[in-house]
Amino acid sequence: MSLLLRGGRVVDPSQDLDASRDVLLVDGEVRELAESIEASPGVEVLDVAGKVITPGLIDIHAHLREPGQEYKESVLTGTRAAAAGGFTAVVCMANTDPVNDNASVTEHILAQATRHGYARVYPVGAISKGLRGEELAEMGRLAAAGVVAYSDDGRPVESSELMRRALSYARHFGLPLVQHAQDLPLSGEGAMHEGEWSARLGIPGIPAAAEDLMVARDVLLTELAGGRYHLQHLSSAKSLDLVRAAKEQGLAVTCEATPHHLLLTDEEVFRSGISTNTKMNPPLRSERDRQALLEGIADGSIDCVATDHAPHHVDEKRVPFNVAPFGIVGLETAVGLCLDRLVAQGVVDLSRLVDLLSCQPAKIMGLPGGSLRPGAVADVTVLDLDQEWTVDASRFESKSSNTPFDGWSGRGAPLHTIVGGRLISLSASE
Amino acid sequence: MNQSGWTRKHLLGVADLVPEEVELILDTAHSFLEVAHRPIKKVPTLRGRTLLGLFFEPSTRTSSSFEIAAKRLSADWVNFSTSSSSLRKGESLYDTARNLQAMAPDMVVVRHAFPGVPEMLAAEMDCGVINAGDGAREHPTQALLDAFTIRQAKGRIEGLEVAIIGDIEHSRVARSNVSLLTKMGARVTLAGPRTLLPAAAESLGAAVAYSVEEAVAGKDVVMMLRVQLERQHRALFPSLREYFDFFALTRERLAGAKDDVIILHPGPMNRGVEIASDVADGPFSVILDQVTNGVAVRMAVLYLLSIATTEAA
Repeated sequence: MSLLLRGGRVVDPSQDLDASRDVLLVDGEVRELAESIEASPGVEVLDVAGKVITPGLIDIHAHLREPGQEYKESVLTGTRAAAAGGFTAVVCMANTDPVNDNASVTEHILAQATRHGYARVYPVGAISKGLRGEELAEMGRLAAAGVVAYSDDGRPVESSELMRRALSYARHFGLPLVQHAQDLPLSGEGAMHEGEWSARLGIPGIPAAAEDLMVARDVLLTELAGGRYHLQHLSSAKSLDLVRAAKEQGLAVTCEATPHHLLLTDEEVFRSGISTNTKMNPPLRSERDRQALLEGIADGSIDCVATDHAPHHVDEKRVPFNVAPFGIVGLETAVGLCLDRLVAQGVVDLSRLVDLLSCQPAKIMGLPGGSLRPGAVADVTVLDLDQEWTVDASRFESKSSNTPFDGWSGRGAPLHTIVGGRLISLSASE
Repeated sequence: MNQSGWTRKHLLGVADLVPEEVELILDTAHSFLEVAHRPIKKVPTLRGRTLLGLFFEPSTRTSSSFEIAAKRLSADWVNFSTSSSSLRKGESLYDTARNLQAMAPDMVVVRHAFPGVPEMLAAEMDCGVINAGDGAREHPTQALLDAFTIRQAKGRIEGLEVAIIGDIEHSRVARSNVSLLTKMGARVTLAGPRTLLPAAAESLGAAVAYSVEEAVAGKDVVMMLRVQLERQHRALFPSLREYFDFFALTRERLAGAKDDVIILHPGPMNRGVEIASDVADGPFSVILDQVTNGVAVRMAVLYLLSIATTEAA
């Protein structure tokens, strides 16, 4: 099976390339990049003149909700959402029901992914059994079954002792520990960022220090135990300082930021009329924090962008803000938002955005992809920088529509998603 | 009484009211005050209207005040008791709203533990919605009756110095009062234990003081807030007696206030905790006037909103 992408502009920071190239994909691999490639017989040709070809985009933070919460999302709908959003691969979190703390659950998720095949799926295994934060999950058996990292995401690992052992033990398998960093007692019943807007709205706040505390602890534990530590959805300026210091020290510490923390602040809770689609964890922070994050993605101290795609059913979100579940969907809005609000605004250039959404995610999680070098896996995203879009949550591929970006418009969107050399078509129903 | 440009169907908060609307409510309330002195305390203004009281949080004072206001206007008042209702059976707020809507009330008066619930109801229902307290966010009729009481005692609001003292963090009364009184030209100082002040208290639009003495110095109006006794268990202050020792309003602490200071309290009071009995019952207290005025202010609000709903119909 061969596919030739003709006439496009290849942007691939992994080989420092930004130039017009034809790209030939053969048998699931990138075969050749050249200024002009003749199509041999039997090669399907895709005209992408005027479009941008990038290594397949990878979202290393998504909740596909399967098994157990298929009313919110499933591997099928989640990967369709990924493909629609320009992602060729998603890393899915372990807080399913049952929890992905054992090889059978991992195998089930992978089997579902193979069956549907709209995007690659890389499961994350739990750090602790049942995400209870008490005993280590069977990290070795999980690794053997195919998990790419360990995380209790949804719940921070509260016990410093367990976190230390987890960092240490995970080294045997070479996989990173991925943390939702939050000091729970300090967060209390908080439902939004603690600051001006929580004071004005009378909504309990989550201080940025709740994140900073655990980031500081985890950096110290990484120094103590070694291993690789990846901080999820960094949202506070101070936490970014802590990550910078850890990197300067040479620790294997990486972090991600989400499009919503890069684009929105706590004022959005007020502006939206206290919409539960502005409630996520960590919460939308202050403008000062947001500016720090923008600096972080530009200067490289934030390694990558991930969505924290967290689907919830409309009935779950249609409740008072204080008691609504945290989280928003992100797979189908991330790329458009980044192109329009980050690249077009000059926060980062296109090459850096591809680095943030493809090369670095692949590197952090040790995944195939993140490059269009010959021999690399044939996962490709094609972007149309001129495509105008308006978010219409009612038309999402995702089962859920909990987004604060409904109605937003912009320019620049994913056009094609190619997984293993195969052009993904969402119209072909199962 | 007025064709005076009242257009709102809902009273969700005071934050977006303009001063002219506040004046209109207070003037209208003034004209309703005398109903309480009639032998038959009833006017036919809202005859045939159905008003629903929807108190998701226990409330005696506010719900009674609304009920009396409604009845004095000849409206039919129905209490939708949330303790014995379908809510206990797990019905969602969304479904409650839709079911109540199906009974076609003219207005709903709602109290709920969480901010934003009145907006949720207003979005789902055709009738007018009055916020009778949404969590720690707003309690508009309380702020209006406080403003009415201040104006009644002082003849004005503009230029007055007001202190609000106590549990600011958890107080919808404080938030609505800061918003309303500053809008009407008063200057407000907030005070209380630091553990009961919001992290960004100054962003509410008031000055912040950290002792009762400092807060009351030179004030025309001192408003004390109720201490919710369960806060003690969340380590927000050590004990009630210590609260009284350091943060209560006593005669001695009141010495620095203006000679004609007035004392307000939204009730119910904890005597000997946030306020000393001799201050609560003393010559400066207008606490019972607040209760009397509350009925008139709520009559005014029900009346004005009913104009808007009628005209919209």
